[in-house]
Amino acid sequence: MNNLLEVNTVSKNFGDFTALNNVSISVPKGSIFGLLGPNGAGKTTLIRVINQITMPDSGSVILDGDLLNDSHIKDIGYLPEERGLYKSMKVGEQALYLAQLKGLSKAEAKRRLNYWFGRLEIGDWWNKKIQELSKGMAQKIQFIVTVLHQPKLLIFDEPFSGFDPINANLIKDEILRLREEGATVIFSTHRMESVEELCDDIALIHKSNKILDGKLVEVKRRYKINSFEVGIRAINKSDLEQELSEKFEVSKANFKTLEDELKLNIKLGLSDKPNDLLNYLTSKGEVSHFVELIPSVNDIFIQTVKNN
Amino acid sequence: MNHLPLIIKREYLTKVKNKSFIVMTILSPIIMIALISVVAYLSQLNNDKVRTIIVLDESGFVQNTFKSSDNTIYNVLTNMSLEDAKTIVKETFSYGLLHINKSEDVDEVANSIKFYSEESPSLTLISNLESQLEKKLTNIKLQQQGVDVEMINASKIYIDIAQESFEGEKTSKIDSVVKLIFGGAAGYLLFMFIIIYGNMIMRSVIEEKTSRIIEVIISSVKPIQLMLGKIIGTSLAGITQFVIWIILGGILMTVVSMVLGIDMAQMQTPQQEVLQQAMENPAVNSQIQDLVNAFYNLPIINLIIAFILFFIGGYLLYSSLYAAIGAAVDNETDTQQFLLPIIMPLILAVYIGIFTVIEDPHGTVSTVFSFLPLTSPVVMLMRIPFGVPLWQQLVSLLILIGTFMFTVWFAAKIYRVGILMYGKKPSYKELIKWIKY
Repeated sequence: MNNLLEVNTVSKNFGDFTALNNVSISVPKGSIFGLLGPNGAGKTTLIRVINQITMPDSGSVILDGDLLNDSHIKDIGYLPEERGLYKSMKVGEQALYLAQLKGLSKAEAKRRLNYWFGRLEIGDWWNKKIQELSKGMAQKIQFIVTVLHQPKLLIFDEPFSGFDPINANLIKDEILRLREEGATVIFSTHRMESVEELCDDIALIHKSNKILDGKLVEVKRRYKINSFEVGIRAINKSDLEQELSEKFEVSKANFKTLEDELKLNIKLGLSDKPNDLLNYLTSKGEVSHFVELIPSVNDIFIQTVKNN
Repeated sequence: MNHLPLIIKREYLTKVKNKSFIVMTILSPIIMIALISVVAYLSQLNNDKVRTIIVLDESGFVQNTFKSSDNTIYNVLTNMSLEDAKTIVKETFSYGLLHINKSEDVDEVANSIKFYSEESPSLTLISNLESQLEKKLTNIKLQQQGVDVEMINASKIYIDIAQESFEGEKTSKIDSVVKLIFGGAAGYLLFMFIIIYGNMIMRSVIEEKTSRIIEVIISSVKPIQLMLGKIIGTSLAGITQFVIWIILGGILMTVVSMVLGIDMAQMQTPQQEVLQQAMENPAVNSQIQDLVNAFYNLPIINLIIAFILFFIGGYLLYSSLYAAIGAAVDNETDTQQFLLPIIMPLILAVYIGIFTVIEDPHGTVSTVFSFLPLTSPVVMLMRIPFGVPLWQQLVSLLILIGTFMFTVWFAAKIYRVGILMYGKKPSYKELIKWIKY
């Protein structure tokens, strides 16, 4: 069993509105899975289906080999996008309560909370009320509560919103560490740079349908455009540019260089090899810059959503 | 996993530890007792004021009629002009002057009696004077016509019809009053409980929505568990508050009456003075015995069991509706529209209880409304002291339980969908649609 979670052709309608239309995803064990999509695409509904908050109209969800059931509640840790805590309850009491709801005994919950509070250096918050804490501080508590019961599957919906860069980094490191320890992470965000950085797999949902999924590397390979960003020091730049544009598809590029180089994006034909281009370029001048253009998740996202 | 006890515990502790709840719990009986004490004290002050009434009796008929009491002193003057008497009243700061004209004819005297005073006298005072004068003058007239008053008094007969049902159960007029008080108290208690703690449940649901913790919670527990936990936890907090109120109220009452020396039981108002006079009537006296009997005549065990069952059933029915309303809206101001259809039947029940049940506890209106689920808890509780056949109680209870189960199912549906809905206030039509989600 390589997949911790399998969502099979799940559909969900709210009245006339279709929130999910035959969506299937597979989340490999131990991976960080990016769940992407524009606002209102159906991501939250899918996450709620996985959390058994919303029952799907059709389709099934299999977690760790079993059809989703009540006993899986303790196997999932969920940090929703719309999150909050009881404002007038003390931090410690609240964390204990939420941990007990996830099936931990009181003593065990207390032990683990002490560990986490020490780890994130927030031990002195125990007796504070949530309303006395800043938003970022409350987010930290929420993060701890989400991961405390050591679930197999962690679902984070925009986990970094509300954090300053230092704390966002801290949380990112914690997520990576939890993955090292064996947890599988589903990660829903609009911050594409964190997807690039963290995710192994992605799925893109748009207008209730899944329109793209797979390993991030494979997706990128699928979307590669065989283009290179080139910087070259030549005596006569406009002649060279003229020459190149007859052979390839060429456009102006923009990147920082030390000298006044000719900067171009060159798109190769299907049969062209990068080495041939490089050889050709070195014969024309001094090459200072030669980089394959890899499509960013951002580009893929925008392109795919627009095409649908 | 059953998290119900955990949720109940949290709901209970948060309510009980809440500052405003503690303040309310302690302050309410203090305020109540303070209010009662002030009223008692003030009316005592009023009673302490001694009124002097000057009686100018030119006819000589009523010389020894008026007996001074603690609060009212009668000074009977004779052989004086009306003007002089008025001056005396003003100089002695007396309350008023009762003038009885000189005449041989009793009827003429009776028609010309006048009361002069600075301010308009109280109704009780006037009616008191009137009844004393009537009695005296009637006697005089009877004597004038040669009737033996002693004989009339001696031949007076007091009637008190003894009431008995076919089963041999003895009842009395006072019985109905006692039953009414018991039934009314039970029904009204339920009404108050629903309003106070139903609102509390609603607010706590709204709080979970606005603080956005709800999604975290229901990823761990089933919404229906959360809802039931809330209802039960809040009710337990409510019962705690009620018990504390009763105990604290009792203690305070005792302390205050001992310290201030105000005897609450003897709290006198002019009306009670009249009542007390009536109590001296031998017919009324025997009613005290009836009062004691009335308590024994109450179907106590039936009353207690029915009270518990209908109270729980009615309370759960309404509180699940309150929870559903809380789930359907985002903030308290939006609740009005949905609260109205809940409060209407409640108020209707109380009014039917008060007006119809008194008149005819087993009439059509009372009976029908004691079966309708939204009014049955209150109306049935008011009817039971008058003796309701067991089958009627059972049927009503079954209807109530059936409705309760339906309401909880319905409320849970609304709740499940509503707690995750933010933004615009839903219409009734949308609420119906939610059930299908």
